[in-house]
Amino acid sequence: MFTTKSGEKIFVIDAHVHLWDGSAENQRNIHGKQFIDCFYDYHKLSPKEYIWPFEKYQKYTDADFEKDVFGEGYADMAIFNPQYLGDFYYHGFSNVERNEKFRQKHPDRIIANGWWDPRNGEPGLDQLEKDVEKYKWPGVKLYTAEWKGESKGWKLSDPWAYRYLEKSRELGIKNIHVHKGPTITPLNKDAFDVGDIDDAASSFPDLNFIVEHVGLPRLSDFTFIAAQEKNVFAGLSVAIALIHSRPRYFTEIISELLFWLGPDRILFGSDYALWVPKWIIDKFMALELPEDVAAEIGQQLTLETKRKILGENAARLYNIDIAQRSQQLGLVAATKSKTAGERMAVA
Amino acid sequence: MTRDDRTDEVWAALGRVTDPEIDESVTSLEFVTRVEVGAANQVSIDFRLPTYWCAPNFAFLMASDMRDAVEELPWVGKVSIELLDHFSAALINRSVALKQDFRDAFPGETDGDLTQIRRTFLGKSFQRRQELLIRHLLQIRVEASWLIRATLRDLKQLSLDQEGVSLRDLYLFAWRRIHSSTNQDQLAFTTVDRGPLNLDGLKEYLRLITGVRRTAEFNGLVCSSLLIARKGNFPLPENIV
Repeated sequence: MFTTKSGEKIFVIDAHVHLWDGSAENQRNIHGKQFIDCFYDYHKLSPKEYIWPFEKYQKYTDADFEKDVFGEGYADMAIFNPQYLGDFYYHGFSNVERNEKFRQKHPDRIIANGWWDPRNGEPGLDQLEKDVEKYKWPGVKLYTAEWKGESKGWKLSDPWAYRYLEKSRELGIKNIHVHKGPTITPLNKDAFDVGDIDDAASSFPDLNFIVEHVGLPRLSDFTFIAAQEKNVFAGLSVAIALIHSRPRYFTEIISELLFWLGPDRILFGSDYALWVPKWIIDKFMALELPEDVAAEIGQQLTLETKRKILGENAARLYNIDIAQRSQQLGLVAATKSKTAGERMAVA
Repeated sequence: MTRDDRTDEVWAALGRVTDPEIDESVTSLEFVTRVEVGAANQVSIDFRLPTYWCAPNFAFLMASDMRDAVEELPWVGKVSIELLDHFSAALINRSVALKQDFRDAFPGETDGDLTQIRRTFLGKSFQRRQELLIRHLLQIRVEASWLIRATLRDLKQLSLDQEGVSLRDLYLFAWRRIHSSTNQDQLAFTTVDRGPLNLDGLKEYLRLITGVRRTAEFNGLVCSSLLIARKGNFPLPENIV
């Protein structure tokens, strides 16, 4: 819960977090090492007092998560969007068993999404059924740039991906988070293309497609697609980390998103432990659009908009009643939460 | 010409090679880490990208553009380009040395050569430069109704300050790469598909191409931040903008 200077309470859902293991023991090969090294370079976009030693960054504990996300990080809830990377790490970079254990420790605060890979074919579909029965995943995180043997990636428009999307729908998985950000694939058709989102979002209008990292480095391509497809959402992680070193540029990015998608389709995510949520949220709450940027898009980054981005939009996608959940977590008195509930009903 | 002069000429040639996605030169982005002119005017160049995972198609484009730009210098002997610390460095370096096509560098993993990608990013570069020039012109009170009808000749004859001249030069360079003819009576400001702009839609059109420019700039920022981190200059300078 973030409290503004004037006492306004904001329910925070960090819609993109990880518990990962990038340690040397878990690395299968040089790519595993290079992957976590590269993540660590991204981590250095943090203010310097928030930069971790590399050893901790490779593998941190449940207690670190609880302190950084729930404690200092204002998050009332958080959503795991796992990244398997089985070709690089023995037990996965993220591990769904570990995520599930952690979720059971914090059942009211953690949403644990799963994943699938259409290259697993028919057996993978059976596995997905079993996984959903066991873990009750409400969403999945897809990583189209993941390597698998000879393959260096796949597309949402592939026939097998359609089979998996159909299966997801059948199993009640509603939220499809897709990593469309900095890629690790040499496939030239993938390297600049977010077009498969367009295709899948039109074919599956009842599913939500949350594009993580707003399609960077193809932000403008993403906004064109998202402007047309109402079931496409922007996941802010990575982009929002620039709020510290390049605040002016971040205001331009958020204004692009507000202009094309509006305030109801943008989701906050820290991508913890790439960055801890605390400083990002502090800076985001203090942020105002410069006059020229606001004038250009004809809107401001109001408190209402921030409230939507930080929690209400994710709550809507995951059927969370903020009023009820706030009481459950002992966060607010009944009167305050009622206001939040009414707001949710309108949204 | 001394060896220093020749080294300078190589740097200048590399300065004309751009990262297609960011539309900035590989030298101003500080990708090039070493230039050496050796015996028999052999030139060797090292470059490094912000991450081990940077897209290999762009790495390949930049490496082959660098090779071609330097080979154009009349005195140059053999040119060798080496990409460092990249997951596909070995493949790219070998393929660029052999002057192979991208498809040959990654057999079976691509569905075409890089012509289409090049074309796409030329288009983005055109839009980006056009937006900057149009905004500049509107700011110095050039009429929008003039803009949409101006020919290439009109644009060239327009009297501009130093900033305007530089924006116009950059734009004209991109214009020539998009429009194949050099007929001076053609429209100076068109869409990337060479269609005319219209007055009513101009504002909306500008918003659209603003996004293209911002994306490129944003990517440039991410790249430069990562490159600083990768070089070990740590932590990053605070609040640069």
